[in-house]
Amino acid sequence: MLTPEQIENKLNRILLRVQKPGRYVGGELNSIRKDWAQAKTKVAFVFPDIYDIGVSNVGLKVLYDQINQREDALAERAYSPWMDMEDLMRQHEIPLYALESKQPLACFDLIGFSLPYETLYTNTLNVLDLSGIPIHSLDRDESHPFIIAGGHAATNPEPMYKFIDAFVIGEGEEVIHDIVNVIQKGKKKEGKWSRLEVLKELAKIDGVYVPQFYETTYMEDGTVAYTEPTIPEAPKLVNKRIVAKLPPPPTKFIVPNIEVVHNRVSVEIMRGCTRGCRFCQAGMITRPVRERSVEEVVEAADAAIRSSGFEELALLSLSSSDYTYVKDLVDAISKRFEGRKLTVSLPSLRIESVSVDLMEKLKQHRSGGFTLAPEAATEKMRRIINKFIPDEDIINTTNDIYARGWTTIKLYFMIGHPSETIEDVQAIADLCKRVLAEGRKVAGWKVKLHAGVSTFVPKPQTPFQWVASDTRENILEKQALLKREFYKDKNIKLSWTKPEDTLVESWLSRGDRRMADVIYTAWKNGAKFDAWDEGRKFETWMQAFAEHGLDHAFYTHRQRRTDEVFPWEHIGAALRKNFLFQDFRMSLEGEIRVDCRLNCFACGILPTFANLRRENPGEGWKCPDVKSPAPKTNKANIELPVVGD
Amino acid sequence: MRVRITFTKQNALRYIGHLDLHSLWERAMRRAELPLAYSQGFHPQPKISLAAALPLGFSSRGEVLDVRLKEDIPIENISKQLTVSLPEDIKIIKVEEVAENLPALQTQVLSAAYDVKLTEPVETSELTRKVEAVMKSESILRERRGKSYDLRPLIEMISVITEPNGTVWLKMTLAAREGATGRPEEVLSELGIESETTYVERTRLIFQG
Repeated sequence: MLTPEQIENKLNRILLRVQKPGRYVGGELNSIRKDWAQAKTKVAFVFPDIYDIGVSNVGLKVLYDQINQREDALAERAYSPWMDMEDLMRQHEIPLYALESKQPLACFDLIGFSLPYETLYTNTLNVLDLSGIPIHSLDRDESHPFIIAGGHAATNPEPMYKFIDAFVIGEGEEVIHDIVNVIQKGKKKEGKWSRLEVLKELAKIDGVYVPQFYETTYMEDGTVAYTEPTIPEAPKLVNKRIVAKLPPPPTKFIVPNIEVVHNRVSVEIMRGCTRGCRFCQAGMITRPVRERSVEEVVEAADAAIRSSGFEELALLSLSSSDYTYVKDLVDAISKRFEGRKLTVSLPSLRIESVSVDLMEKLKQHRSGGFTLAPEAATEKMRRIINKFIPDEDIINTTNDIYARGWTTIKLYFMIGHPSETIEDVQAIADLCKRVLAEGRKVAGWKVKLHAGVSTFVPKPQTPFQWVASDTRENILEKQALLKREFYKDKNIKLSWTKPEDTLVESWLSRGDRRMADVIYTAWKNGAKFDAWDEGRKFETWMQAFAEHGLDHAFYTHRQRRTDEVFPWEHIGAALRKNFLFQDFRMSLEGEIRVDCRLNCFACGILPTFANLRRENPGEGWKCPDVKSPAPKTNKANIELPVVGD
Repeated sequence: MRVRITFTKQNALRYIGHLDLHSLWERAMRRAELPLAYSQGFHPQPKISLAAALPLGFSSRGEVLDVRLKEDIPIENISKQLTVSLPEDIKIIKVEEVAENLPALQTQVLSAAYDVKLTEPVETSELTRKVEAVMKSESILRERRGKSYDLRPLIEMISVITEPNGTVWLKMTLAAREGATGRPEEVLSELGIESETTYVERTRLIFQG
């Protein structure tokens, strides 16, 4: 294994030959470099995309701080090298290393991958390979680090089951400590545990899924019959972990020395969402809604801006308008940062004039454009997806935005929703034109519109987990319509997702365990950076499916049976399957469900986390209080919901 | 007030380009809460100017910048506040107040001095002979981006240093005026040394007056 000095010497010979060498050298303000020899447990967090994207990831930042606050452990970072760097690293036999110490990743005890989206799977394999760590979990022995992964894509971990030793389901802030503790216990000199023993201990932690202790049986038609644990230590259902109260937000942001995608401070104001949009996985799996206080957000933002020198502050949540004290927050932020040349962004605002008031308070300049997400352009479709906004509200709001001086509005839509017809897509074009035409009446000919039209991908643990992805032909036809409609008007800019990207994401999202071999073969044959134009290799994926005798349409374009057992059935997001199914049925009837702050629909959060809620009553959660007394057992504080009831 | 800062740029920061260094300083000064003066206009920018771009991969013991502050503050405070807000690979060497009416910093640079360490062994006598030949020549015509130019007048000094332990390295001073900049890698190429086998450090910038 190379030493950090040897790695640095080798790097010095190649770094001037790659684009943006600053990606590969570390040395950022607020990065933490601890004494390697003093730390009992060494953790490397990997965001398997390029530095420019990964370095500003807030999730990993939280975990990085959690571990570095411990005296007995250290945490460092690594990202996927871009292709030019990867070629040179392979040529010069440089293993992937952590930016802080330049130690090879293979020297760490634990490697944690962030998997927020599925198109990072091939990159994850590539990172393991570049680190000289066996790709398959079962090929690793006591000399190798433990490989864990978490993030929204772990909602269905099965396609990656062969490569990851343990998945974290749900929120990582607490469980990461449980994992480090187990690894530390297992490493003690007297009676050192075998790798298998450590994995068995990990499987006992709430919210940790160790896939090698489970087996899937399939039906004749290729769907899953059941997935069952093979050892007593592994629970039948691995439920997600949550924190009862959001811990203090990070305030020491890493300040990259080069330009990256987001040079900014991000403060999470609220976790979870009560809106229940049926296409939205994040809104389903991050429940319950927990808010931070205005004071905590403002103080954290101030501390983080001071320690980073960033010019931009993002207040993050899935739906800013639903944050209870959003007006107070905006007042407090604009007062605190007055005259400090700070740009504040408040994403995901509802389509109503109040949102325009909020943005007006936050922005001195109106140069950035104003973003709204109607998602669909007909009232019929908005009922189906449960994001109901009357057309008139959209026009009134966009008029208001143009009238108050913004010249550009960005509208987000999705095509490929269930039951969508070509008329619904035509309506997107018509609505955009109407927004612009009405805008011209109030603000003149300078007004512009940007239509961002992505393609819907059905996700696990949502009411749409049963539906088929739109076919490539349909997507192309719908996109052609929009391109044709917008082609003439220079004031409308259209952006869209390539159908190939959507399809790759689609089969990875709802894949079963057999998908693991497809991923491996596709990666072996060159697939990586699947979300990038430079990386996408659609034909390679097609060949990989063929090689393993599988049909991609089975995963992407198949409507699931109503009684189908899903590959992710043993992984719990604390949502009752029946709640999701009922919601799916309602969508077929065009029935909407209101914000669940107004009316609890018993999604499953409260029965699963009854004890947690009982111990944390009141305003902190947006769920009703649990009134029933605590059960008198001293068993673990998790009550399993009945699956498929 | 107008303040001149001399600083180092080393290790990881050798791989940070000129524009990125500029933003790095902007953020560091904001973290230090210095009362920055901003330019007028639609996108006000803090008035920070770097003396001379340092090629990517070179370290430096003597980079220089000027910054304008909208109010006077004690020099020792500036250095104290900045030291804690800079990444570890930039160290402050000197902070001084300079006259407001001096010409722009970039126009004041005359030349730059470099130390060149060699990572592969070289024949000392052969190297000395080549250096002498370069220094004696009247002109050295080369091409840079398709344009021909004379390297010789851009070289002020080159010397070969031999350490007591036998290690050999080079010192050179090259012109660094606007439109007339000698580059160490071009001199090295003239001496038959590949720049991949060198470690170049700028030791100081030499100014007018």
